[in-house]
Amino acid sequence: MDMAVEAGVIKQHLIDPEICIRCNTCEATCPVNAITHDDNNYVVRADVCNGCMACISPCPTGSIDNWRTMPLVRAYTIEEQLTWESLPAELSPEELEAAGVSAEAAGDAAAAVPAQTQAQAQAQAAVESVEPAFNSAQYGASVPPWSAAHAYTNLFAPKAPTTATVVGNFNCTEAGFDSETHHIVLDFGMVPFPVLEGQSIGIVPPGVDAIGKRHHARQYSVASPRNGERPGYNNVSLTVKRVTEDHQGDPVRGVCSNYVCDLKVGDTVQVVGPFGSSFLMPNHPRSHIVMICTGTGSAPMRAMTEWRRRLRKSGKFEGGKLMLFFGARTQQELPYFGPLQSLPKDFIDINLAFSRTPGSPKRYVQDLMRERAADLAALLKDGSSHFYVCGLKSMEEGVVLALRDVAKEAGLDWDTVGAALKREGRLHLETY
Amino acid sequence: MSTINYSEKIPNNVNLGEDRTLQRALEGWQPNFINWWDDVGPEGSTNHEVYLRTAVSVDPQGWAQFGHVKMRDYRWGIFLNPGDANREVHFGDHKGEKAWQDVPGEHRANLRRIIVTQGDTEPASVEQQRHLGLTAPSMYDLRNLFQINVEEGRHLWAMVYLLHKHFGRDGREEAEALLQRTSGDVDNPRILGAFNEKTPDWLAFFMFTYFTDRDGKFQLAALAESAFDPLARTTKFMLTEEAHHMFVGESGVSRVLARTAQVMNELKTDDPQKVRAAGAIDLPTIQRYLNFHYSVTIDLFGADQSSNAAIFYSSGLKGRYEEGKRTDDHVLKGQTYKVLEVKDGQLVEKDVPMLNALNEVLRDDFIKDSMAGVGRWNKVLEKAGIPTRLAVPHKAFNRQIGALAGIKMSPDGRVVNEIEWAAKRNEWLPSAEDFAFVASLMGRVVEPGKFAGWISPPVMGINRQPVDFEYVRFG
Repeated sequence: MDMAVEAGVIKQHLIDPEICIRCNTCEATCPVNAITHDDNNYVVRADVCNGCMACISPCPTGSIDNWRTMPLVRAYTIEEQLTWESLPAELSPEELEAAGVSAEAAGDAAAAVPAQTQAQAQAQAAVESVEPAFNSAQYGASVPPWSAAHAYTNLFAPKAPTTATVVGNFNCTEAGFDSETHHIVLDFGMVPFPVLEGQSIGIVPPGVDAIGKRHHARQYSVASPRNGERPGYNNVSLTVKRVTEDHQGDPVRGVCSNYVCDLKVGDTVQVVGPFGSSFLMPNHPRSHIVMICTGTGSAPMRAMTEWRRRLRKSGKFEGGKLMLFFGARTQQELPYFGPLQSLPKDFIDINLAFSRTPGSPKRYVQDLMRERAADLAALLKDGSSHFYVCGLKSMEEGVVLALRDVAKEAGLDWDTVGAALKREGRLHLETY
Repeated sequence: MSTINYSEKIPNNVNLGEDRTLQRALEGWQPNFINWWDDVGPEGSTNHEVYLRTAVSVDPQGWAQFGHVKMRDYRWGIFLNPGDANREVHFGDHKGEKAWQDVPGEHRANLRRIIVTQGDTEPASVEQQRHLGLTAPSMYDLRNLFQINVEEGRHLWAMVYLLHKHFGRDGREEAEALLQRTSGDVDNPRILGAFNEKTPDWLAFFMFTYFTDRDGKFQLAALAESAFDPLARTTKFMLTEEAHHMFVGESGVSRVLARTAQVMNELKTDDPQKVRAAGAIDLPTIQRYLNFHYSVTIDLFGADQSSNAAIFYSSGLKGRYEEGKRTDDHVLKGQTYKVLEVKDGQLVEKDVPMLNALNEVLRDDFIKDSMAGVGRWNKVLEKAGIPTRLAVPHKAFNRQIGALAGIKMSPDGRVVNEIEWAAKRNEWLPSAEDFAFVASLMGRVVEPGKFAGWISPPVMGINRQPVDFEYVRFG
């Protein structure tokens, strides 16, 4: 999963001075000292904040959960923010355009904000409107499943990254195909860097951006299970897609994705993290996992699948079902397509959706989910089922709506089921 | 270290299981705590399942986990922020020495006194708020009240742990006494005056959580600087919980103001009687409540000149608010600070040694912080096009402690005689009639998404839940 925002535009983290009560919780909890204050306001340093979200849930007011798409060169300084009485409006597409930011780049930046952060605006909209629009994010859990292992987070802050060595880098999509996706293996040697399936790490690309600032870390989901890409070794793998063109097909080079995809075995990289404490897999042996993903959103699914595969060898997970819905434009674009095909059918129930196969109708993951409604309904009825969604932001609503419809058709009360999934940490959304 | 062990009888992250003596002592205290909760905790709430925030670890990801819990089953326990083995004392005469993990003999009595005084306020506010659940203006507000109540209970646990762990038999006796004193009890009251005042209605509750819990923020922040490391770590974690209490107060008063402004605009009136007749709280009454709670709370900081404060600072027991961010010598000898006194019928400032004026320093920090929030309340009125503004009264108004105790002052800082005071008292402080009026509005509204007529709904729900979420399930 590549949550990178390309150079020139950022999603700036801001605090709403009209709601903030200046309680200091955010400043006290921020692991990277990005938050500061004066007598007037609490503010976030754009060049320090890494979007780790540690401040979001402890904030008692919700004022912390505000984001603005900004050209990097015009990011609000802390001096500006300290004078604010209210949040500035979002820049209009025209203003962004004038600052050299295309609407697509702005859209990418917006998508880079973790799903959770947009819940506030949507929840508020829901309060204000009589007939609220369906808000998929409100069903996303902020807690891990009860049987998840304890996740370590923020062991290495952006100011004090650790170093990892590249021990593997290979193209895991069909050779010669345009959209290259690489499988990268990083080794931490003797440095403790414990990760769980579903967590992510940050890579700090070397060098500076157009205005001479150090690059921000880019976050990637870990694609390997907890005991390493190679079992028993202190290494992790990532799934990184090389970004070579923007949404209009114009050439653009993703800062971090190209850096990572070009790494050679033996190179070293600066790593921060790990991040994430809720998108974690259940450990208990009767738990079922439904995985829904697109593209590099497959990374956490690969991690979970591989961990279950290793455990299955030891006979511990016979009761727990695995079900995968995986979408891509074409078969060639599916990372891990080959290895997926070799997994036993009684181990994982794989459903592939291709939206651009010549001569075939477009199919998306939610179409497949509706086709498999009977099986999904059975899983929705089972309190041991866990649902994970990772991939493009645009899939999120369709997927949650599909789940809702499956529940309704099966005679289940979605309000009850949806609320339970959230409360019990059984539906996790990570889209970008 | 940061994860909390919930498998123990007393959840903790301090390896309680390895100290059998302490564990037994605390397990002996626990039933008394539950009895206290049953006797004077939130009235009529035993079977409610409340959407509470519970800490599972003290790191940012772990301390705000939400779920429906019966309050009696709330996981009260002992949670300390992670320690730093190299932490140094950073103010006072011991500056530069290693922070203390145990209580130094010479400071034992003072430290115990500080901890007991802090500990005494925690159950007191639960007692003061005991009846409020019966008149909640919404399910959302009811949930917030209960969240505050359980966390005040946990703050009591935090202080009791320190007493049991570090103060031997006297510590245990003091911990017992914390459950024996009762707010407002004639024979055995709580230690500090403000904690024996009644919290009769929800406007008083919001003022209390705005002002008095903000006092808590400043006292805890000063203790979080302490050279006695266990106290510093305990209070650091308590501060994270205190923030929600202040939020309830600040947003509560904001919502009352928003509703009042709405009614004033609808009726096109600024006549308090018409506002009252329409079922909202008029602005003069809100100002009088503010005057009362502000003045009572600033008394909590103690006398303006205090040798105890000097001793607490110099010996490293209690620092200033944000001590680490200040750029002076952190010893403060030979420095002065201005305090107020009345001379020839006039208020005048005089310089006193800074060390003796540290209560005043903390009070002034609190005042600055409080005034900023009142400014935010005024924005609510400004936005609604109402010209009236709220203001905090003068620092010397209605004081019962220190050099200004008993001096009759107007809220704008004029020394007045007894006759004027008697004539104006009901303009400046809430009268029996004000209390009776506000009490008359206190009907219980607990249907999800519904709100009493004197208060606006909040901008957003708790933990991003919708405002009409079922925050409390009535058993």
